[in-house]
Amino acid sequence: MADIIEAQIIIPGEVTAEVIAASEPLSFWGGYNHKTGEIIDRRHPLSGHNAAGRILAVPFTRGSSTTTAVLLEAVRANTAPAAMITSAPDSFFALASIIADELYQSPIPLLVISRKDLIILRTGDRLQITSDGNIIIRHREINI
Amino acid sequence: MTLKLSKYDQELLAGTYGPAAKFGMTIIQRMAPVYGAHELLDISAAHIDSTIYIGEAGLEFAEKLASLGAQVAVPTTLNVSGLDEHYWQDWAVPADWANKAHRQMLAYESMGCVPTWTCTPYQDQMRPVFGQQIAWGESNAIAFANSVIGARTERYPDLLDICCAITGRVPAVGLHLDCNRIGNLLINLVDIPEQVRLDDSFYPVFGHLLGKIAEDQIPVVQGFTHRPSEDQLKALCAAAASSGAVALLHLVGITPEAPTIEAAFQGQVPNAKLNITLQDLINARLDLSTYHDGDVQMVVLGSPHFSLAEFKQLIPLLKGKHVHPNVRFLVTTNRLMAGLAHRAGLLDALYDFGGQVTVDTCILATPMLPAEIKLLMTNSAKYAYYAPGLLETEIAFGSMVDCVNSAVAGKVVRDDSIWQI
Repeated sequence: MADIIEAQIIIPGEVTAEVIAASEPLSFWGGYNHKTGEIIDRRHPLSGHNAAGRILAVPFTRGSSTTTAVLLEAVRANTAPAAMITSAPDSFFALASIIADELYQSPIPLLVISRKDLIILRTGDRLQITSDGNIIIRHREINI
Repeated sequence: MTLKLSKYDQELLAGTYGPAAKFGMTIIQRMAPVYGAHELLDISAAHIDSTIYIGEAGLEFAEKLASLGAQVAVPTTLNVSGLDEHYWQDWAVPADWANKAHRQMLAYESMGCVPTWTCTPYQDQMRPVFGQQIAWGESNAIAFANSVIGARTERYPDLLDICCAITGRVPAVGLHLDCNRIGNLLINLVDIPEQVRLDDSFYPVFGHLLGKIAEDQIPVVQGFTHRPSEDQLKALCAAAASSGAVALLHLVGITPEAPTIEAAFQGQVPNAKLNITLQDLINARLDLSTYHDGDVQMVVLGSPHFSLAEFKQLIPLLKGKHVHPNVRFLVTTNRLMAGLAHRAGLLDALYDFGGQVTVDTCILATPMLPAEIKLLMTNSAKYAYYAPGLLETEIAFGSMVDCVNSAVAGKVVRDDSIWQI
């Protein structure tokens, strides 16, 4: 079964990958290990998950101004998420993606969907992000 | 949406003011649509959070700007660095890290920034004034500048702050504009006992809770019965900006844009109203600790950086006592406050107790802690929030008095008597 969400494009790109998703905002400083891609905020529901090469979906960034710098380090170390989805344009993620483009020619696709759509995404779902901003969800199969 | 650029903006983009300013304006121009900006506006000061060395990319960014000849266009202060230049060898900082963190410091100093090296630029000489348009990074400083001073800054991320400083321009959006500074969430403090309100810990605990509740909204808090000290407001802002994305909060009767509740909401109706009770505060205080008893290897004060007033508050508590041999007692501050404390004779009293001072950085921004430190104690909600993820230590949160008593005893000693129903 596949659902399609139409997203607002902040930074365009095509990606197909597994999503890790939470309805709680995340700070990358103190929340993301740029050497490994692991979520390390021990109070966050995604603590222990690895976001490298996956699509990260959180409503927005909280806390530290350093989130941008950590994400840029992750891009350079190849441990960044393959794409990111938020519920409002997130200037911290966008800036890291734009600077990653200017410095390393590797922007991270960044899309915005409604908070209602964000909670549909479940960690482990496979998402296909198209260049025109559609997100095609292939839900993880649940064996009953 | 089109972005209208001034003649100066266009000249910056064309390279008239050099390649670094061109790079800065290119980034700002690309960010403007993300912010929904139609135009840019002038700032008259900046505070740079990009100073913290994290890895190769941040250093490459800083050295690239420096090599392009970047110079700041407005008076600019610097946030904490990744290194205490003078005393890093007393700690576990690797030499390679020290070298790179120092290169990053030199890169930002070469751009004409003032080497304040502090997360509390609002307690330094270059404190902004009410209504001043500024571009500040560092979450606690942003919340303080907007809320306590009434200066105007968006929540600037690292790397954009320096682009704004070298161009003197920012997107005209968000908290720069009066219309976006209206409160939208009403918080009532209900039946909070006097002895809790008078306790220093009330501010970081309440801030931690406020950040979680407010997320990215602008809370208006009603029910303050005492005028907090500047350091108490500092603790509150830092906590709310760690657990949430709070960049502006209003305290009715306390902060400059909230003389009354009507002023804080500018006649509009709050999106939501919420009561905070003692039980909520008790829960928030528990949430700040990952560990409640046991042997403490380190006690650390000073996030945000310790002020002279906090040194004056601390020193009498240390009189006639000495830190336990298994504990390191550390105050993190900046070179200015350490200098003032030294001249006032306060540092000698701290050293006599067995304490140490680290300047210009903090335990989160430099890898200074030896591996044997498993349980940290602090009175800072910001340290308590970030240490488990960044340092992989356990955390015990307590008051300044609890911290001193624990440092002497070598284990967590907390007076919980006021934090009970």
